[in-house]
Amino acid sequence: MIKKHLILVMLLCGFTLTAQEYFPKNDGVKSKNTNYTAFTNAKIYVTPTQIINNGTLLIKDGKVVASGTSVNIPSNAVIVDIAGKSIYPSFIDIYSGFGVKTPERQGGGRSPQYDPSREGFYWNDHVMPEQNAIDHFKFDNKKASELRKAGFGVVNTHMQDGIVRGTGSLIALTSEGGDSERILSERSAQYLSLSRSVKSRQSYPGSLMGTLALLRQMYLDADWYAKGGSSATDRSLEALNGNKNLVQIIAAGNRANALRVDKVGDQFGIQYVILGGGDEYERINDIKNTNATYILPVNFPKAYNVEDTFSASILELEDMREWNQRPGNPKTLAENGVNFVFTTSSLKSPSMLKANIMKAIEYGLDETKALEALTTEPAKVLGQSNHLGSLKNGAYANFLITSGNIFDKKTTVYENWVKGYKNVLEDMSIKDIRGDYTIQANGKSYELNISGTPSKPKASLKSDNKKLGAKIAYKNDWINLTFTSLDTTKQEFMRFTSRVSNDANLSGKITLPNGTILNALAVKQAKEDTDKKSDSKSKKKLPKVVPVTYPNGAYGFKEMPKQETILFKNATVWTNEKDGILQNTDVLIKDGKISKIGTNLSARGAKVVDATGKHLTSGIIDEHSHIAAASINEGGHNSSAEVSIAEVVQSDDIDIYRNLAGGVTSIQILHGSANPIGGRSAIIKLKWGESADNLIYDNSPKFIKFALGENVKQSNWQSFGRFPQTRMGVEQLFVDYFTRAKEYDAKKKSGQPYRKDIEMETLAEILNGERFISCHSYVQSEINMLMKVAEKFNFTVNTFTHILEGYKVADKMKKHGVGASTFSDWWAYKYEVNDAIPYNASIMHNVGITTAINSDDGEMSRRLNQEAAKVMKYGDVNEEDAWKMVTLNPAKLLHLDHRVGSIKVGKDADVVLWNNHPLSVYAKAEKTIIEGVTYFDIERDRQMRDSIKKERSELMAMMLKDKNKGLKTQPVKKKDKPQLHCDSE
Amino acid sequence: MKKIVYIYSLLMLCCSITFAQQTPGAEQRNAFTIVGATAHIGNGTVIENSVIIVEEGKITTCTDGTVAKIAYKGKVIDAQGKHVYPGFIGSNTNLGLVEVDMVRASNDRDEIGDMIPHVRSLIAYNAESKVIESMRPNGVLIAQVSPNGGRISGTSSIMQLDAWNWEDAAIKADDGVHLNWPASFRRGRWWLGEPRGLRPNNNYASQIKEVEDFVSESKAYLKGKRTTKNLPFEAMEGVFNGAQKLYVHVDDEKGITDAVHFAKDYGIKYMVIVGGYQAHLVTDLLKKHNIPVLINHTHSVPAIDDHDYDLPYKAPKLLADAGILVGIHNGGMANFQTRNLPFYAGQVVGQGMDKEEALKLITSNTARILGIHKQVGTLEVGKDATLFISEGDALDMRTNKLTHAFINGRTVSLETHQTKLWKRYSNKYSKKH
Repeated sequence: MIKKHLILVMLLCGFTLTAQEYFPKNDGVKSKNTNYTAFTNAKIYVTPTQIINNGTLLIKDGKVVASGTSVNIPSNAVIVDIAGKSIYPSFIDIYSGFGVKTPERQGGGRSPQYDPSREGFYWNDHVMPEQNAIDHFKFDNKKASELRKAGFGVVNTHMQDGIVRGTGSLIALTSEGGDSERILSERSAQYLSLSRSVKSRQSYPGSLMGTLALLRQMYLDADWYAKGGSSATDRSLEALNGNKNLVQIIAAGNRANALRVDKVGDQFGIQYVILGGGDEYERINDIKNTNATYILPVNFPKAYNVEDTFSASILELEDMREWNQRPGNPKTLAENGVNFVFTTSSLKSPSMLKANIMKAIEYGLDETKALEALTTEPAKVLGQSNHLGSLKNGAYANFLITSGNIFDKKTTVYENWVKGYKNVLEDMSIKDIRGDYTIQANGKSYELNISGTPSKPKASLKSDNKKLGAKIAYKNDWINLTFTSLDTTKQEFMRFTSRVSNDANLSGKITLPNGTILNALAVKQAKEDTDKKSDSKSKKKLPKVVPVTYPNGAYGFKEMPKQETILFKNATVWTNEKDGILQNTDVLIKDGKISKIGTNLSARGAKVVDATGKHLTSGIIDEHSHIAAASINEGGHNSSAEVSIAEVVQSDDIDIYRNLAGGVTSIQILHGSANPIGGRSAIIKLKWGESADNLIYDNSPKFIKFALGENVKQSNWQSFGRFPQTRMGVEQLFVDYFTRAKEYDAKKKSGQPYRKDIEMETLAEILNGERFISCHSYVQSEINMLMKVAEKFNFTVNTFTHILEGYKVADKMKKHGVGASTFSDWWAYKYEVNDAIPYNASIMHNVGITTAINSDDGEMSRRLNQEAAKVMKYGDVNEEDAWKMVTLNPAKLLHLDHRVGSIKVGKDADVVLWNNHPLSVYAKAEKTIIEGVTYFDIERDRQMRDSIKKERSELMAMMLKDKNKGLKTQPVKKKDKPQLHCDSE
Repeated sequence: MKKIVYIYSLLMLCCSITFAQQTPGAEQRNAFTIVGATAHIGNGTVIENSVIIVEEGKITTCTDGTVAKIAYKGKVIDAQGKHVYPGFIGSNTNLGLVEVDMVRASNDRDEIGDMIPHVRSLIAYNAESKVIESMRPNGVLIAQVSPNGGRISGTSSIMQLDAWNWEDAAIKADDGVHLNWPASFRRGRWWLGEPRGLRPNNNYASQIKEVEDFVSESKAYLKGKRTTKNLPFEAMEGVFNGAQKLYVHVDDEKGITDAVHFAKDYGIKYMVIVGGYQAHLVTDLLKKHNIPVLINHTHSVPAIDDHDYDLPYKAPKLLADAGILVGIHNGGMANFQTRNLPFYAGQVVGQGMDKEEALKLITSNTARILGIHKQVGTLEVGKDATLFISEGDALDMRTNKLTHAFINGRTVSLETHQTKLWKRYSNKYSKKH
């Protein structure tokens, strides 16, 4: 902090005087202008909330000297009377790439690069805290002029490349005065993002969760480095430690990522300023809880062109709602007390800023808040409130002179002053002739409308309700209006020439087509009508915004369903316990638990469900799923134990809802199979509508994915440089990592100083029996191998997943004590599944292995009941045991059978009501309940279908209206939402 | 454990009486009679307690045993409590063209070239594929084998799934030409900086024009003297004279509509829609032009979030209810999944379709659509004796358990690479315990 202040003080001292006063002068006498400039009779926004009417602003040497209604104007002041005009502090954009060119994308071979390209820096190329924007800064006159036109005086710019991007610089957008005037602070903030550098092809991190893990490890390493842990020099970590006290700005890009990075910040005591995505309103409470200031892009989506009903049919409700709801985002943030600033960063041109902010205002954003988000708030973020964002005494003379309210469409911004340098955008002395006039000439009446800008007006002319061609020129207080005559058969022109005086009317002469010259008067029409209009505008109702649902798309809940007490009467109950399948039985669920099982039960206040002829089972549990995750594989390293799927759970994935409709209540989201040592799992309940964190089991058992075979050897794509390339190497990799983890753990336990390594911490948990392995496996040799490695290191492999040749080593598996989670009938998709047989599950089951049937697929997972039924076909497993393979057995494998997996008093009320035998291909889930909350109900689903249909047509009608109004539209699109599998990137 | 041992010894016993594996069944010499089974004819009707007599590869009797007293012929197969079905027919499959998806050397489904109707799938058909033998224990006994890729992928053939070679296998060689209709949408080329996801295909019209040009050129050529042979044009002849069908692979409403008008405008006699995700939105048009649909298999997910979660499950029913002739195909799904064809049909029953109607989706309807209905697809007298006996309901996973299967009256092995491994390892563990 001290360092930062010093730099600022030094810089500021330099600038209060003319920067170059100690420079030699060879082209004339050394002169200095010590005059003041006073703007009088103005409405001055000292801050958005401190407004002086009819006041004076006094500036000198690029700074505000005084403001108020009784300012003492020194005699050596140039007085500018701007009666009726307003002065605002100019805008600040703190997420800018102004004048800092981003590097070219690095091309290269097809084979991935795993090692860093640099020496003497951090091991990951994408971490570049040592980068300083100022080293790459080159003032861009054209861009500066665009930004000034949009009202900006200052930007905080940075190198928009890499995960850690280094420091940004605070730049005043003055074309005069040179860099010594412009650079307000060389190192004004540190910038981070979740995107890799385009300069390096280093593969890690290849996923969102890898990026988050990298950030965590980097902070740990920086701390260790600062404490003298490293004997080598690491310029990145040194810089990172040096930047520690700067404001930390991170580009998250959407609300889900905002919550993710905030958690990283929380771990290391960093409160990030977060670049958002405009979707924060969708989970406003979560956003509020981050306590972060948000940088909001204001690129509201254009309406989709839905004229073609065919192509419009691929539009999703979610995307249409984005168009409808996003303009209301700033309002929602403001109302919930979330601090935010605006940025132009995602706009094609800064000139689009005003229209978009006006749109946000139209959608209910308070104007003062809007102004703060452009002035005082960004100044506050940068710790520059005394110098920027306001017109307090001593602040930079960065201000705008406008004709009126800055957020009014008709308002003209005349001048944008930066550090006391004047930039004229519109000539203030020009008389504004815009308005409606009536001209009487030659027995005819003409209606003239002048619009456009004051210096470049446009004219349109009507007579007898006919539109005439008209052209206006306005220069040096004279207007020349040329227009066509009423007789359209002839090409004749009439001309009206007038001097513009202080009189509202235009008095001049008309030259008729025949040469006759007449005196003419254009009488300005009273503005009454338009005033009324703007009056009614301010009272105008807010535009129609459809309600947010949870999640905010198809089948989302307007209001989350509540936990209920439910009594199922007369059901066939699949207990999965000693009682087996009970006929004509009642089940009471209460307080989220299974409360009673019996006959003739009654419960006061319970919702009674007649389950006659229906089957009640515990919810299906999928041991191997890849739905509901933003990323699945971190393939950048051969071990990625440091990453966690729990960080990237995506609670708005429609597959959650579809799985519920298939009777699934819990899943393990596994890391993919790119690496021998994969990432940590997330075990979740499919609580559709809840925030991601609420899906994850409380006190969740800890799991990690391992993988063997073709995928980890990278056999099926072009990659030959990464160890291991053979099954021989896979074994040695495990031995290596576990040997190191053992040593690491021993060192840690001994109390010696050590470098905290998330990867090693995770592996040590396995050795200590605190974390369980679910290992992707196919052929018998490798299955046997991992058990032997585990035995060598004294732990047990918990689960083999896929395990398609498990039947070949079932006796060994039984002896080791490992469980199996397999496909019912998949094979033939790759070489290593040649001997995969659908009888696998039954053989393993018969040998006594806890066997589950899993999906690894968002489609199959919604029919896991059918997949279990295949075990009856292939191997004659009885129906109760088959059913357990998708309920109790996976619960056991996940160490969750004390909570779920059977219908037993005291267990979680995660149950499914089926209309038919649950293992039958004909069965449909009618209700899927988790902890007493009905997340899927087939009747409600029908109602939702209707309301989706209705809302779709309502939104499309609104979009057609937009198009009709002449607003720009965008072609329809549909986001890619691929079904993820083990092999997915 | 005793119970397990018992089960296994029983299993072993069963194995010892079944036929040797892999070898195609020998031609039928002697008649046989299946007695007492519930016969699912495949045309919507059921005969309880049926008598089915098979002679010289054909069904010569199929009747209700309780009504008429029939003299049994040849060996009698007692199928009391069991079910008999016509062999299930896969359509638009890659059987025999692909052995292992990820092993390029084993993959013959996609030839290079954009308009290559002359490329024929049956040439590459590997009759001894391990994937093919795995179809039979589930009742899939016939399959159309189609090439993929390009605009016109090539020509398919229809095979029976127990043969020594492709010539033996072919039921109907070169049954039709496959056209991939231009997509109304295309994926964003993210590697060029476009956003991922779907967007309107701006080349849609010009791509259709290419198809139309090819068809016009072919027609012109075929009317001429053909002194210089043009293989692709030659290969279109059957499509124009009605000897072959044109299978148009298309899913979206607009594409289907355009494709139907294209077929009409260019005088295509027999056109089949393959895919048809949105076919239920254009049933009037399809009905008017009498165009059947081979609909996507039901075990798939809806195309967009907003769609009914069970839309793929019920899509065949939506079409059938509207009076469209509909079958279920298995394109786009892993090849080996074709053995799940009965369950794709079973899925539709869960959506309210009658079981016997659902059975038609993979038997008589498909046979009619493929143009082999005079030969196969039902248990009617005169048809090929391509049928099987199941312990229970063959559309449900729990009960689809075959005891016998016949193709043209030949007894087909229900053993596979997979059952051999099952028995080998079951045996290993049962001996141990």
